[in-house]
Amino acid sequence: MEISFEEVMETVNMTLYQNFDIRTVTLGINLKDCINSDLDTFKSNIYERITDYGRLLISEADTLGEKYAIPIINKRISVTPVALLIESMGNDAPLEVAKTLDKAAQDAGIDFIGGYGALVQKGMTRGDARLIDSLPDVLSSTERVCGFLNVASTVSGMNMNAVVKIGQILKQVSERTENGIGCAKFVVFSNAPEDNPFMAGAFHGIGEPDFSLNIGISGPGVIKNVVEKNQDCDLTELSEVIKRTAFKITRAGELIGRELARKMDVPFGIVDISLASTTKVGDSVAEIVELMGVGKMGAPGSTAALALLVDAVKKGGAMASGNVGGLSGTFIPVSEDSCMNEAVKSGSLTLEKLEALTAVCSVGLDMIAIPGDTTAETLSAIIADELSIGMVNGKTTGVRLIPVPGKKAGDYVNFGGLLGESYVMKVNRSGSGNFIRRGGRMPAPITSMRN
Amino acid sequence: MTKELVFITVLGKDQKGIIAKVSGALFKYSINIEDLNQKIWDGYFVMTMLVDISGSTKTIGELKKELSDIESEMGLKIQVQQENIFKAMHRV
Repeated sequence: MEISFEEVMETVNMTLYQNFDIRTVTLGINLKDCINSDLDTFKSNIYERITDYGRLLISEADTLGEKYAIPIINKRISVTPVALLIESMGNDAPLEVAKTLDKAAQDAGIDFIGGYGALVQKGMTRGDARLIDSLPDVLSSTERVCGFLNVASTVSGMNMNAVVKIGQILKQVSERTENGIGCAKFVVFSNAPEDNPFMAGAFHGIGEPDFSLNIGISGPGVIKNVVEKNQDCDLTELSEVIKRTAFKITRAGELIGRELARKMDVPFGIVDISLASTTKVGDSVAEIVELMGVGKMGAPGSTAALALLVDAVKKGGAMASGNVGGLSGTFIPVSEDSCMNEAVKSGSLTLEKLEALTAVCSVGLDMIAIPGDTTAETLSAIIADELSIGMVNGKTTGVRLIPVPGKKAGDYVNFGGLLGESYVMKVNRSGSGNFIRRGGRMPAPITSMRN
Repeated sequence: MTKELVFITVLGKDQKGIIAKVSGALFKYSINIEDLNQKIWDGYFVMTMLVDISGSTKTIGELKKELSDIESEMGLKIQVQQENIFKAMHRV
């Protein structure tokens, strides 16, 4: 089988000029067998497991990146939801475990470790409640530990008592960390997948084996390039060219993921075909939407354009790999995507439009800076709205909001590094406290009568 | 011996000695050239070489480092990538 000159050049151009990469490799690690009635032994078991595999992950991933000249950008670890691990332990266990995870990640050279969370869509155990109560301390005193809570699902409904608590927790974390940045390490979900490789919401689900290597395909740069080159075709044809490119980058992701799993002697998990923006110029999902012909992200047409884009990516990705999983929608984080941020600044993109986008393919309200004086109840209400979309439509949605102390709508905030910068978004200030304070559980939605 | 096939791609401004220097380096490290394509594309020199590195003691990473001298001396871009990736991306 011969590879043509043009085919070689297409791949080489992607690697040299279009930010072609493997966005993330995340090793899911089961920690249930580390449990011990003695807290120190438990902590040392966790530490050893994570440092051993973390170091191995980094060295093998770097070697593979070199072999294919395709950089593997993020190398991360997700663990069993920590609430399950600390059920039988004392009140000091949650923070102690979080500090152990933080130290192990640091010593292994892993920038983020996910799984500090619980699945409480129907109710909370005492262990779950202890973990949730520890979140303000954990998110403000550790550097690398990411937290999550799944509070809603299509089959269980939404735990509104948990949603109320999360609003209060976000307020506390925001006040205790610079620019509220601790909130960037926490995601609340509806229908959270057990094999999502993307932070901050990654965790190693209870249906998973001891290890599972999950990968996220290249960022949007390669797709952006192909859309830019096809300015005159109609949308049917545009969908085709996006599909073909998505096929190629998914194949590359699967090849590298499988080889990495083999070298580490762990099972290969899934390929997540979500497009994940970064702050880099040319690596933006919003820019693709604008190149498709939408004047500015958020303008009328944005939802349709994003729906077409992500559907084409899914079709190409599903053809390329039998292991597509995780979130496999699209991320449109505001602070991490320069074009999204620009659209917020110009007034074209609002919180309400972002919510609409999640109804078709976006996986949530992500990395959104909001005014620091937003009340806990309003935070809970935004979360309830967003998670309802996931719950009713049988899809994953998540929320990562950052109330920035002292800032109001239109102000600028810089979170630094990978987390980017943002203009603070306007929040509707009519209070919904009476609705949120009712608490209880929203019943699971009916799944027939789909209109 | 099983072959270990690698694509070397060279891009840059056309000038004398590109093929000589690259192939000289490959010869030095006992690397066999299996296939070679070269053309002037959009005014640029572009060459793709399919080479077998199984007879060499160099890994892909080491070979890339060795070629980086030629890269900087002649103002070229040289990519070294295992052949598998091209098969995965361009064949159903």
